Amino acid sequence: MSPPDLSVKVGELTFANPIMPASGTFSEDLSDVFDLDVLGAHVLKTIMHGKRAGNPTPRVCDLQGGMLNAIGIPSKGIDDFRDRMLPYWSAYKAPLVVSISAHSMDEFARLAAEVSLPGVAAIEANISCPNIEADGNAFAMRPDTTAEVMRRLRAETDLPLWAKLTPNTGEPVAVAMAAEAEGADAIVTANTALGMSIDVRTRQPRLGNVMGGMSGPAVKPIALRMTYQCAHACRVPVIGCGGIATLDDVLEFLIAGAAAVQVGTATFRSPTVMARLIAELSDWMQEQGVTSLGEIIGSVQIPGGEAA
Amino acid sequence: MTLIPSILSVPPSPGVTARCAEARAIVLSNMPVNGEYRLLTLDAPAEVLDCAPGQFFQLLCPVPEGEHPFLRRPMSIYGYDAHAGQLQFLYKIAGAGTRGLATLRAGDTLNVLGPLGQGFTMPDAWQNLMLVARGVGLATLAPLARMAQQQGRSLTAICSARSPELAMSVDLFRSYGAEVIVVHDEDGSSEVPALEALIEARIAAGRVDAFYTCGSRRLLTMLQGLGQKHGIPGEIAMEQQMACGLGMCQACVRPFREGNEVVHRRVCREGPVFSISEAIA
Repeated sequence: MSPPDLSVKVGELTFANPIMPASGTFSEDLSDVFDLDVLGAHVLKTIMHGKRAGNPTPRVCDLQGGMLNAIGIPSKGIDDFRDRMLPYWSAYKAPLVVSISAHSMDEFARLAAEVSLPGVAAIEANISCPNIEADGNAFAMRPDTTAEVMRRLRAETDLPLWAKLTPNTGEPVAVAMAAEAEGADAIVTANTALGMSIDVRTRQPRLGNVMGGMSGPAVKPIALRMTYQCAHACRVPVIGCGGIATLDDVLEFLIAGAAAVQVGTATFRSPTVMARLIAELSDWMQEQGVTSLGEIIGSVQIPGGEAA
Repeated sequence: MTLIPSILSVPPSPGVTARCAEARAIVLSNMPVNGEYRLLTLDAPAEVLDCAPGQFFQLLCPVPEGEHPFLRRPMSIYGYDAHAGQLQFLYKIAGAGTRGLATLRAGDTLNVLGPLGQGFTMPDAWQNLMLVARGVGLATLAPLARMAQQQGRSLTAICSARSPELAMSVDLFRSYGAEVIVVHDEDGSSEVPALEALIEARIAAGRVDAFYTCGSRRLLTMLQGLGQKHGIPGEIAMEQQMACGLGMCQACVRPFREGNEVVHRRVCREGPVFSISEAIA
């Protein structure tokens, strides 16, 4: 039997396998641990236009089944991306996905144009970060602000454009459909969930920023639910992200309708996890006689019919 | 002694020399050293044993009953021996992670990631070394003492503790040929003015080319003052809360002086060892 085909299509892009890192949990530093070219794609930490120091420490804290982070997107800015990061990542075969964000529509649009360079395969718009023009609410909290920012970004780039949603919205399907209507080529479900933790001994918040994004296995059901909802509502592909750490987690998201998955916090616990998941997925397909992931993606069986 | 295969042997990216690995180690022993500290000795594979003094590991600690440590815990290396295939950590039970470590018994496995970070340097001009540390900070400096002996440097180790019997690693430092001076809180010898007088006397005798320290804010401030006054360089191993330990997450930054600027550096990647003059207490 020929080896199974792990490749997946996300819009016009084809990836050698469905495993890629989640933005913010990946950098050239991981190349110390395994050959990063085994990954389906490379997704970089969010770039903002200017230099930013990031949040006060502590920037992370431990939770049951996960963690909180409030790193604050320290960024070396667009010049560092163009002059240093892009040449580095272009040496790899795996397609490069550049995550961008901004606190205003204008800055976001300008950045989309500036990162649309040869060597960039797609742009992931991190629209889950606070928009200072909207009282700090993330663009992706509401369909109208999502539509507006995606329209602005679409006008500035011909690259495949992904919209990374937030689980903090009460209307993820409307947000996803707004992104799709304004030209998003894929939906990523989802970013971290806003949370908080207090040290009862000192009565101080355990993050320097008071609140932060929750990630890890504990948020997986929420991200899986959003993936399922969006995959059913949208025509464009959905990329699952949230708490994925095991082969069963990968399969769950694919069955729910994800065309590919992003692995984030799990890499902090086990830096080799993505390479291991790719090998395990290949072995599993061989054992199960699955020749293509098309047989798995969206194959969820809802007893009594569809429910979305 | 059996070498344990790493969890996943994957080659690093082309052009990268493997610096660290995620591997499974086996517990040889895990014993109390005194009222406060425990010594964990592991049988570890060769690929994680190319260590340098000052480097650290990220340990995936066992889950103690009723607690849920999720992230790895950074732990400085207390001892490493590539020939014997052994790795040692000296720790104090302080939270869920170290409470989990304390549950390990001989024969148990522990997932380790390392060695990580930049270790201490020992330029040729630094012939007479002075090490000043307190509590578990002394554990971090233990491999440095061995390196000093191997390189034929003279070493004075000032070991600070709450009481004389809690002073860590005194015998170990002596075994590496160091002159050991124990200072403690009970007689006030560990207080900054007393320590400063002690160190000033050594400097006056021409016995200090460089300082090494670890952790303590109070000791850092004191050594920065002495270093500036007498033009003595040195290095410090620093701590910060971490998530990944590899440099990806940027959680573990601290501020450092760089010329007239204050910049953030990652303790896990650019550190944990930094120049004393650039560190900010």
